[in-house]
Amino acid sequence: MTDTKTTILHQERIVPQIFRLCLSSPGIAQEARPGQFVHLRIREGTDPLLRRPFSIHRVDRERGEVQVLYQVVGQGTRLLSRKPVGERLDALGPLGHGFEVSEEGGGVLLVAGGIGIAPRFFLCEDWLRGRAGTALIGARTRDGILCHDLLRSGGVTVHIATDDGSFGDRGVVTDLLNAQLEAGREASASPIVYACGPVAMLASVAALCRAYEVPCQVSLESRMACGLGACLGCAVKVRSSVPPGYEYQRVCTEGPVFEAEEVIW
Amino acid sequence: MSTVLSKKNVPDLSIEIGPIHLKNPVLAASGTFGYGQEFEAVMDLSRLGGIVTKAITLEPRLGNPPPRIVETASGMLNSIGLANVGVAAFVRDKMPFLRSCGTAVIVNVAGRSMEEYVEVARRLSDCPGIHALEINISCPNVQEGGLAFGADPKVAAAVIGAVRDVTQLPLIAKLTPNVTDIAGIAAAVQEAGADAVSLINTLVGMAIDATRGRPELGGVTGGLSGPAIKPVALAMVWKVAQAVRIPVIGMGGIMNAGDALEFMLAGAVAVQVGTANFVDPTSTIRIVEGLEDTLRERGMGSVKEIIGALEV
Ligand SMILES: Cc1cc2nc3c(=O)[nH]c(=O)nc-3n(C[C@H](O)[C@H](O)[C@H](O)COP(=O)(O)OP(=O)(O)OC[C@H]3O[C@@H](n4cnc5c(N)ncnc54)[C@H](O)[C@@H]3O)c2cc1C
Ligand SMILES: Cc1cc2nc3c(=O)[nH]c(=O)nc-3n(C[C@H](O)[C@H](O)[C@H](O)COP(=O)(O)O)c2cc1C
Ligand code: FES
Repeated sequence: MTDTKTTILHQERIVPQIFRLCLSSPGIAQEARPGQFVHLRIREGTDPLLRRPFSIHRVDRERGEVQVLYQVVGQGTRLLSRKPVGERLDALGPLGHGFEVSEEGGGVLLVAGGIGIAPRFFLCEDWLRGRAGTALIGARTRDGILCHDLLRSGGVTVHIATDDGSFGDRGVVTDLLNAQLEAGREASASPIVYACGPVAMLASVAALCRAYEVPCQVSLESRMACGLGACLGCAVKVRSSVPPGYEYQRVCTEGPVFEAEEVIW
Repeated sequence: MSTVLSKKNVPDLSIEIGPIHLKNPVLAASGTFGYGQEFEAVMDLSRLGGIVTKAITLEPRLGNPPPRIVETASGMLNSIGLANVGVAAFVRDKMPFLRSCGTAVIVNVAGRSMEEYVEVARRLSDCPGIHALEINISCPNVQEGGLAFGADPKVAAAVIGAVRDVTQLPLIAKLTPNVTDIAGIAAAVQEAGADAVSLINTLVGMAIDATRGRPELGGVTGGLSGPAIKPVALAMVWKVAQAVRIPVIGMGGIMNAGDALEFMLAGAVAVQVGTANFVDPTSTIRIVEGLEDTLRERGMGSVKEIIGALEV
């Protein structure tokens, strides 16, 4: 893990409120694994005070570049979106425990809600090359559907759902998942599911996967302070074999990727 | 000029907290530095004056329900609770690493009853490599209806006295700012046998999400830390330093060497750095270096020249 001053190489607005940031950081690019995150110090000074965590969206190991895909939701992300190319940015990373990819088994099913596509993309690029992969992407409207072209050109089969039907099927991403799991059951091919998005969506994905007895990994979010496992601020509730039957784990250290079965929603 | 300056112009940062000798006055504060190992990848721990561990209780504690933290204006609220591995696992799994760090190890002790403090302190006394215990009397006292042990001078003195009876280790009483007369509490724990006092712990605070009509924290209220509390902390350190003979360790919102200097001018012999570790994990080392630079610039031979040098 490195604490480095990275440099902003590009920053572009993809759709209103969603930006792609490209940083120069050979150290992070080299070490990063899909599902891990970087902890960015938005600015010097005390407001905002704490760092902000973002999934690693994509890396280019040869060029030493790291990309983050983020949505403006508050003061920190707004300030980040205004940073000019060439500015230095303090990035701590790569942090956390990423996706576990097994070599065996059937296809891979990626499920993403909204900005949850961000870490999914790195997973595809890094590990899916040549393997059967399907991505299910959901958002409220067509503006929220990101990266589908890139995924398709990488050989991934993409299905899309929007709440208002402005792109792909009208409905939610879990409808797409249900259809895929049903089809998989008929063909007796058991996929592995990787999901990221809003908590409510993840809980439904986890329930579906449990019903179909399909393994599922979810990438969780929580507010963070240290990002290093020291403050215990990022706790999530997970099952435990000892009384009282649950414990807390750290999203920044044991996560952000957890086995869906372990999480208490 | 000073004799130390002739020695390659390196100012002397070492200090004493009662019987404990520290190589420099900068410690990592309890609860913000885990058990030390979490920061190993980003810094050389041996450059620290010392590490204060997360609070240790008799049994393991799971801690409070999330969300446990929220950022507020120039600060943060936390309601971690006393989540920790418990004294047995601490001694077995965490001490071997801490002992090897090349810095002073101070263990923060918490309890819900007088007996719990005493038992944890007794068990830690048998463990080699611990330089001092910091008795966190800011936790709620279940027997006295949830009021912090540190909120009443008699109860605070009773806890320190009881722990004093079972250990030879130097004792630092960590004081809560959520009281009307912190100097009175400091004087009481001094009489009960504390070797030093450290302050301040977090201030009780609250944040509300008005859109959802709910508190931001799972624990409803939490402890405020960070730059927002520095003026309050400075005033309390200054008051306490005048009220007691034992050394005072100051903390609350220290982000850089300038902040550390202010606490030392107000009378702190050493400082602890908490929330700043989250913002820049190497804050403690930057502060050590900054103190060294300041002393060199001012032609001072020892950091002790600054302690309590405030002119009022
Ligand atoms: C491991 C991890 C990976 C993440 N990856 C991405 C990513 O790839 N792209 C992206 O856009 N966002 C990602 N996030 C969320 C991102 O960290 C938050 O959106 C950001 O911190 C908000 O900062 P702000 O100052 O703009 O908003 P604030 O003013 O701090 O908050 C605005 C709103 O965002 C919510 N919020 C604050 N922090 C978080 C958080 N950590 N998680 C969820 N909601 C939060 C607040 O409750 C509030 O409602 C990730 C979070 C985690 C923990
Ligand atoms: C996340 C967090 C956890 C803490 N846990 C403890 C603890 O276990 N025991 C304790 O005595 N103080 C604890 N504290 C208080 C700090 O040690 C320190 O007194 C306080 O945060 C003020 O310093 P700061 O402003 O530099 O953070 C904690 C503080 C934070 C932010
Ligand atoms: S953010 Fe501090 S332990 Fe996870």
